[in-house]
Amino acid sequence: MTAGAAPTSSRYARRTSRLGNLLVHGLLSLGSIVMLLPFIWMLSTSLKLPADIFTFPPVWIPSEIAWSNYAKTVSAMPFGRFYFNSFVVATSVTVLQLLVSSLAAFAFARLRFPGRNGLFLLYLATLMIPFQVTMIPNFILMRFLGWYDTYQALILPPAFSAFSTFLLRQYFLGIPLDLDEAARIDGGTSFRIWWQVILPLSGPVIAALAIFTFLNSWNDFLWPLVITNSLEMRTLPVGLSGFQSEYGVRWNLLMAGSVIAMLPVLIVYLVGQKWFVRGITLTGMGGR
Amino acid sequence: MALQPHDQTRTPEHPSTGVAARRWRGGWRPSYQPEAYVFLLPSLIGFLLFTVLPVLGALVLSFVNWNLLSPPKFVGVANYVELLTRDAIFRTVFGNTLFFTITVVPLQLALGLLLAVALNRPMRGLTIYRTIYFMPVVTTIVAAALVFQWMFNRDFGIISAAIWKLGEWTGVPLTPPDWLNSTTWARWAVVILTLWKNIGFTIVIYLAALQAVPQDLYDAADVDGATAWQRFRNVTVPMVSPTTFFLLVIQMIGAFQLFSEAFVMTNGGPAQATMTIVYYIYQNAFQFGRMGKAAAIAWILFAFIFACTFVQTRLQRRWVHYEAGEG
Repeated sequence: MTAGAAPTSSRYARRTSRLGNLLVHGLLSLGSIVMLLPFIWMLSTSLKLPADIFTFPPVWIPSEIAWSNYAKTVSAMPFGRFYFNSFVVATSVTVLQLLVSSLAAFAFARLRFPGRNGLFLLYLATLMIPFQVTMIPNFILMRFLGWYDTYQALILPPAFSAFSTFLLRQYFLGIPLDLDEAARIDGGTSFRIWWQVILPLSGPVIAALAIFTFLNSWNDFLWPLVITNSLEMRTLPVGLSGFQSEYGVRWNLLMAGSVIAMLPVLIVYLVGQKWFVRGITLTGMGGR
Repeated sequence: MALQPHDQTRTPEHPSTGVAARRWRGGWRPSYQPEAYVFLLPSLIGFLLFTVLPVLGALVLSFVNWNLLSPPKFVGVANYVELLTRDAIFRTVFGNTLFFTITVVPLQLALGLLLAVALNRPMRGLTIYRTIYFMPVVTTIVAAALVFQWMFNRDFGIISAAIWKLGEWTGVPLTPPDWLNSTTWARWAVVILTLWKNIGFTIVIYLAALQAVPQDLYDAADVDGATAWQRFRNVTVPMVSPTTFFLLVIQMIGAFQLFSEAFVMTNGGPAQATMTIVYYIYQNAFQFGRMGKAAAIAWILFAFIFACTFVQTRLQRRWVHYEAGEG
C-alpha cells in the first residue's frame, strides 16, 4: 500500500460505512417494529371495549381505555393462583435441579470411584432422548404414585436433568485441581470443597443455569398440561390455555390474560437482560 | 460448545509443601473416594426413576395396547405396523412436521445470521435492538400463540389490515388470505409465529460467534480488495460454521418437537394441516386413551431425530470449518 493511497481509501471506507450504518439502522428498525408489533397489538386490544375490537380498519388507540378488562379477566380465572403455582414450581425445580446436578457433577468431575465413566456415559446417552418418550411412562408413574394433579408431579420429574449435570461437570473440570488438593491438606472434606471451593468459583455458569431453568419451567406447557387437571393446580401457561377454550372470541379479555402472563418475565428480562444474554451464550439454552 | 472456563494451568510444585506435584497428588487424591456415591445418590435416584425407568417403560409400552382402565394387552409390533403402513393421519402429521422443519430451520438460520451481522457493527443503539429482538424468547409460547391467533384473524386482525393497506398504497389488488382457516396459510402462520418467537435466540448465539472472529482476517480480506459480499462469503460464513452446525442441530430437534404453537393457535387444524407428531402423541395418549400407540410414535420420533442428527454430524465434515486444534 502506498502512502498516498491509504488516506483516500480510509476516507472512502468511512463514507461507505456511514451510508452502511444508515442502511443497517433502517433494516434493524424495520425488524424491531415487526418484533414489537405483537406486544403493542396485545396491549392495545387488552384495553379495548368490544365495540373497538370488531372494527375495520383496526384502531390502535382505543376510544375509551377499558382497565376493567383486567379486573374481569382476573375474576373470570384465578390468575393469582396460577402465578402462585408457576412461582412455586419454577423456584422448586430450579433450586432442586441446581443442588442435585451440582452434587453429581462434582462427583463426576472431581472424585474418583469405580463406575464413574460408565455412569457418565449413561447420563450422556439419555441427553438425546426427547421428552415425549419419557412423558407417557412418567404420567403413568405419577398416577401410580397417586401424584397426579399435585405439586410433586409438577416439580420432581423436571428437577432431575442430565443436561445440567453435564454442563456443570464440564465447567467444574476447568477449575484447577490444585485448589481441591490445597483444601484437602488443610483437612477439608469433599463436601466442604464442593461448597466452599467449587461452587463459589462457578458463579457465572450457575447463574446462567438458574436463569434458564427457571425460565423453561415458568414457560413449560406440555408437562403441566398433561399432569394437572384441577383449576387450582394449573400453572400460568396451562391456565391461560384453559381461559382460551372457555372465552373463545373475547379477545380483549384473552389479550389481558396474555399481558398478565407475559408481564413479570418481560420486566425481569428488561431489568437484567445482560444476564440473560450472557447466560444464553454460556449454556446454549433458552427459547424452548 | 460455548463453554470455555479458565485455563487449566497447574503449578509444578505446591507452594506450601514444595513436593513435586505428581507425588503429592498421588498422596492426597486417593484413587477411590467412596463419598462420591453420596454426592451422586440424589441425582441417581431421580435419573433412574424419571429417565431410565420411563425409557424402558416406553419401550415395553409401545408393544402393548393400554387405555389405563382395562389391563394392558400385548400386541407385539402391531402399533408400529399400524403407524408405518395403515395410519393415514400419522403420514399427514409426519409430513407436516417435515414441512415445519424445512421451512423454519433455514429461514431461522439465514435471518438470524443476517441480523447478527447487522448488529455486529460499531454503532450506537445496538443494545436496544438486541433487547427488542430477544424479547419474544422469554415470553410464554401460549400467550404468544394467542396474540398471533388474534393477529391472523381475517376480518379484524392487524395482519389482514396491513395487507389491505398495502394493496391500497401500491394499487395492486391484494386480498389477505383467511390465514387460520386455510390449509395452506395456517401452516405459514405457524412458521411465522415460530420465527418471531425464536429468532432472538439465533441472533444472540450468532453474535457471540461473530465477536470471536479475528479482525485480522477481515483486514487481510480488505488488503486483497474483497467486497463486502466476498468478506461475508469467504470470512464470516466459514468462521461461524461451527455455530451454524450447533444451531442447525438444536433447531432441527426443536422443530421436530413443535407442539404448543399448533395446539394453541390452530388446534392442529384446519383439517389436520398443522397437526404435528408431538400433537398426535398427545392426542393418542390423553384423548384417545392409546398409551401404547403414543409410545410407539414417540420412539419413531426419537429414531428419526437420531438419524437426522447422525447424518448432520457426518455431513458437517464437508462444510464446517474448525480452527486448527479445536476439532
